[in-house]
Amino acid sequence: MKLEPIVGRYGEFDFEKKKGRLYFEEAGQGIPLLCLHTAGSDGRQYRAVLNDPQITKNFRVIAFDMPWHGKSSPPEGWQKEDWQLTTGRYTGMIMAFAQALGLDKPVVMGCSIGGRIVLDLALKHARELRALIGLQSGAFVERYYDSSWLDHPEVHGGRACGAVAYGLMSPLSPEKERWETVWHYMQGGPGVFTGDLYFYQVEGDIRARIGEIDTSVCPLYLLTGEYDYSASPRDTEAVVARVKGAKFTVMKGLGHFPMSENPEAFLGYLRPVLEEIRRGA
Amino acid sequence: MIEKLPGLVNADPAIVRWGRRMSETFMVEVGDQQYLLQIENGLIQKVEKGPFVQRTWRFAIRASRESWEKFWQKTPAPGWHDLFGLLRRGEVKFEGDQRVLMAYLQYVKLVLAAPRKA
Repeated sequence: MKLEPIVGRYGEFDFEKKKGRLYFEEAGQGIPLLCLHTAGSDGRQYRAVLNDPQITKNFRVIAFDMPWHGKSSPPEGWQKEDWQLTTGRYTGMIMAFAQALGLDKPVVMGCSIGGRIVLDLALKHARELRALIGLQSGAFVERYYDSSWLDHPEVHGGRACGAVAYGLMSPLSPEKERWETVWHYMQGGPGVFTGDLYFYQVEGDIRARIGEIDTSVCPLYLLTGEYDYSASPRDTEAVVARVKGAKFTVMKGLGHFPMSENPEAFLGYLRPVLEEIRRGA
Repeated sequence: MIEKLPGLVNADPAIVRWGRRMSETFMVEVGDQQYLLQIENGLIQKVEKGPFVQRTWRFAIRASRESWEKFWQKTPAPGWHDLFGLLRRGEVKFEGDQRVLMAYLQYVKLVLAAPRKA
């Protein structure tokens, strides 16, 4: 067996006055690069970034599974409540995790819901962060399907969530990586994807405030796959039109999960961005 | 194109497996032309062409002929590559029992995209 350089660890994570068991993976050394997975999935989406020697030579890449996701446990008493992601909760979790690991001015990169929350981080935590990278960033996505079916006892949640994720990818992305991405979705816990989408499609509307983002304090890079119809290039363009200094690239032939559905193509877009951040560091 | 689906789907175990527990009839509308697809354990047993009188179906998927043609391109353009992409654009309507559609969503997506391989 050929071992990968990625190391996975569990840790006790204090969040919202509860102790929880959190899982994260990391590889490399240097500038901390904190990676945020999409709604209903987990940190495995960043496997190619964590495994890229060109990146890990200069960056300490870290991907954590949010509580309730991947190998991170839900908090004690989860059986009595629904998971629901909100802006405050998401921001608090990211900053608490960065602090718990003692990360010094990390770069934060997030996709989809993570691409949305980097805009909030740009507003509220710019001085504590080195740079922000939003993948598939949009200021808001209106509901265009009824996500309550993804959490229904008479519909297999794994199958339904997988089928939703499948469609968001580009038909040009390699089959192997697309179906790997689907599999992660099929493994999500019941109601978790829907709970994340509450932030994405209901609560986390940041349209009124994105004009206040100051990219001179913290650089903002936006990369969007052209096949994404959830956060489309047009949605990211609307952000760029209102955020002076944001650097935007459309990723040809990629969909909603660039780092996971077509890792090689995505790395081609990411490496120059990280190099620019490193040179500016 | 809909008439070709049994040949495209039934010979492809990688599609059939996603509908193995599905035995339902659903409607597909291509413009004004209606079709009923009768599925038995993931195999398309029958495709009937409308018009129909008082027929029962579990769910219906309706889109214009132009939308389906864009959807069936070998490499569809962004936003035309998935049923939910069409939904986002307002180019498709899902009617009837949404529970059954969502339960077999992956199968339905693969079946309706099968003409791309033809």
